Amino acid sequence: MIDNLFLISAAVILISALLTITAHNVVHALLYLVVTMLAVSMVFFLLGASFAAALQIIVYAGAIMVLFIFVTMMLHQGEKSLAQERHLFHFSTSIGAFILTLILFCELIFILFFMPLDIDNALTHTYHSEFISVKQIGKQLYGPYSLLVVISAMMLLSALITAIHISKSAHILPKTTKNQEAKL
Amino acid sequence: MIPLSWIFFLSLSLFTIGIFGVLARRNLLFILISLELMLNAVVLLFIAGSRYHPTSIANSDGQIMYILILTLAASEIAIGLSLVIHMYRQHHHLDIDKLNQLRD
Amino acid sequence: MTYYASLLSLIPLLPLFSALILLFSKPNKLTTALLAVGSISGAACISLFLNFVFWQQTDFVLTSNLGNWIKIAQLHINFSLYLDALSLVMITIITGVGALIHLYSIGFMYQDKDFKRYFTYLNLFVSAMLFLVLADNLLLLYLGWEGVGLCSYLLIGFWYQDRDNNLAANKAFLMTRIGDTAMALGLFLLFIELGTLNIQDLQVQALSVWSSSNNNMANLCCLLLLGGALGKSAQFPLQNWLPDAMAGPTPVSALIHAATMVTAGIYLIARNSQLFQMAPDVMYLIAFIGTITLLLGASAAMVQSDLKRILAYSTISQLGYMFLALGVGAGASAVFHLMTHAFFKALLFLSAGALIYSLHHEHNIFKMGGLLKKLPIVATSFAIGCAALASLPFTSGFFSKELILEQLIDSGHTNFWWAAVLGAFITAFYSARLFFVVFLGDSKQSPDKQPEKIMSLVLLLLCFFSLFGGIQPSGIQTLMPKLNASGLTTLQHWLPIVLPFIAISLAWWMFKTNLFGKTITVPALQYFHQLLKSGWAFDRIYQVIFVSPFKFLCQLNKSDIIDLHYRALEKISKLLHKKFSQFQNGKLRCYNASLIIFCVLAFAWFIKGALMS
Repeated sequence: MIDNLFLISAAVILISALLTITAHNVVHALLYLVVTMLAVSMVFFLLGASFAAALQIIVYAGAIMVLFIFVTMMLHQGEKSLAQERHLFHFSTSIGAFILTLILFCELIFILFFMPLDIDNALTHTYHSEFISVKQIGKQLYGPYSLLVVISAMMLLSALITAIHISKSAHILPKTTKNQEAKL
Repeated sequence: MIPLSWIFFLSLSLFTIGIFGVLARRNLLFILISLELMLNAVVLLFIAGSRYHPTSIANSDGQIMYILILTLAASEIAIGLSLVIHMYRQHHHLDIDKLNQLRD
Repeated sequence: MTYYASLLSLIPLLPLFSALILLFSKPNKLTTALLAVGSISGAACISLFLNFVFWQQTDFVLTSNLGNWIKIAQLHINFSLYLDALSLVMITIITGVGALIHLYSIGFMYQDKDFKRYFTYLNLFVSAMLFLVLADNLLLLYLGWEGVGLCSYLLIGFWYQDRDNNLAANKAFLMTRIGDTAMALGLFLLFIELGTLNIQDLQVQALSVWSSSNNNMANLCCLLLLGGALGKSAQFPLQNWLPDAMAGPTPVSALIHAATMVTAGIYLIARNSQLFQMAPDVMYLIAFIGTITLLLGASAAMVQSDLKRILAYSTISQLGYMFLALGVGAGASAVFHLMTHAFFKALLFLSAGALIYSLHHEHNIFKMGGLLKKLPIVATSFAIGCAALASLPFTSGFFSKELILEQLIDSGHTNFWWAAVLGAFITAFYSARLFFVVFLGDSKQSPDKQPEKIMSLVLLLLCFFSLFGGIQPSGIQTLMPKLNASGLTTLQHWLPIVLPFIAISLAWWMFKTNLFGKTITVPALQYFHQLLKSGWAFDRIYQVIFVSPFKFLCQLNKSDIIDLHYRALEKISKLLHKKFSQFQNGKLRCYNASLIIFCVLAFAWFIKGALMS
């Protein structure tokens, strides 16, 4: 039962991911991305990481995707941008990238499945408990991993400041940049 | 009971699709989206690895790492999107191939 | 003794300081003349005083150290001066004749706008020449040697607006450079072989190191030194720069190209006489070269029409006499002839200068004539100069040339003696021809001005020296080992005395029958005349042997065959640079791609390594 569920969600992940990166319309791509996120959260759930699954839906599919969609709408891209995107991306032009990533994929598969690594010793093929509670995670987070919380906080703060700074200076710059463009 | 190798395969595929996106797309927004896919592939490995770890104390570590990566993704997207806005205001397009002024 | 030593160091330094002052200041003409002539006269007075002090002594040595120059490992070179009988004679000639010529130059060059530059060069020259003859080591001598070469170059090309003068200066510089290079090599070899460059030590070392005479290394060293001497003294293979060097002002020709600089080669060999004694083959070569040169110069002087060129060829020929004397081991008589030659050749050149000055820069002797009454002082001095040159009895030239001829017999070189006598005959002939054509006969051009008083004064002083300069300081005699007197036959004694008179009579007869100015109609004779006039066509020979092949090689190597490799290297690196710089194209996707490619390669390497193990 679980295996079947995993296989279905895996197929959904891969197909929607492929559609995400090949879509021409940004909004479509974002919707496919949301589907991918939801399928990933399904996999998390199947692995017994329910907290991660919930966070995946709330933060990724919720907050981050909304951010994306807001930005996309702010740039008010319509039919014009769609045509532009078709011009920018076409599968025939990215054949080199495709081959390159295919080789990389084969190599990684080879390393993981056909070479004797220590993974078999380090990991068991069963997991002990079906479910990890939020309490367990919380204990870990505010116990041995408290530094990690601090780091995350710092990172978010700095990202906040940077984002504000960049979007603010955008109002100041235009004149000079226009001159630069004229020069170029 | 999901075999570990299936999860490995899923994660690798997702990661490679992300790399292909980064390489092939010229639109900055799509590159950011591809980066999200790659991050998800990594997160998947983390959680699977911790769940299959023999010691029970390490079982929750994967999710803690997930939280860290989530904050990382959030900050990255925030900054990346502000850059996208900035770029669009200046150049009125999102083609990264035309951003080559740092060359000289 | 220290008192004398400091006086000695003043001799070369006075003209040097004067040259430096003139170089860095802008005095008016009177100050310039006073400074330049004053410094040389001071040096002359000091050397006369030293002469007076050492007159009776034969074995004196005076040294003075001006400072340290080079001190590396074994090589210790000081600015040390060394005075003995030989250098005393030399400095007396240089400062004495130099002072007179400086004095003369005031009159000759007064109208020239580059008055100051002229005297700067001239003072610098005298200083370098004094360093040359006073040097106690060969390196300092070489410094003076190059210094006089430089001044010679500057003064030949003094009127640099004229292209021909520049070419003549270049020629003189390059021809002497060939000899100087040989000499520099000789210095290196001597230092390697004998471990010192001090001249006196060299003589001692040579005796102990090259114990056997006619050692190959000794021959080679002497040959290289001789190369330098040949270049500087305008001897046989390198002689053809001197006639062209007459492009400079006439007092310069008198000082540098007759009295002093060209005798530097003779001085070098006389100074290193013990070294050269170790190489008898080279000595014989010197005598041989001297003979060739004296005949070659004398015969070329017979047919020239340019006043100064006659004197130049005559100088070459007289220098040949000195080389001949050196070669047979009669160094003392060579130096003696050097001294008398300095007097009468300076006199001749200065009289020629006065002539040229009076006749408005006329050089062709066939456009002069009948000047005896119009320019009496010049004519007198010219006559005395010619007489000394022709070695008429009781002039200074007579004593020195007789001495050389006598020593030739004494050393047993009878064939050289015959050549030298023939040379003396030709010398007398062309001196007579010169005098007759210029001063006797019909007047063709009248002088527009008399020479300046100061010039006449100098001419008279030099007349005195040319007539009575045959008195030899006793020091000279001890310079060289005495030759065994073998006695002369009557013919050998009287022939050199009588021959000049025969030559003069011949010249008189040819002048009376008007043979000199005539154009020659017989083709063979005409050809010979042309050959002689061009100084045995050495310029053309060198053109064919050296210049043309060199030009041909240059033509072949127009595209720099050797440089092609280096240029290919440059091109390849440029190509690679272009290729590699394409990677830095500012495209994010390319950077990403290279990152991924690197990952792919790294993984491939990892897999390969794992599979191999």
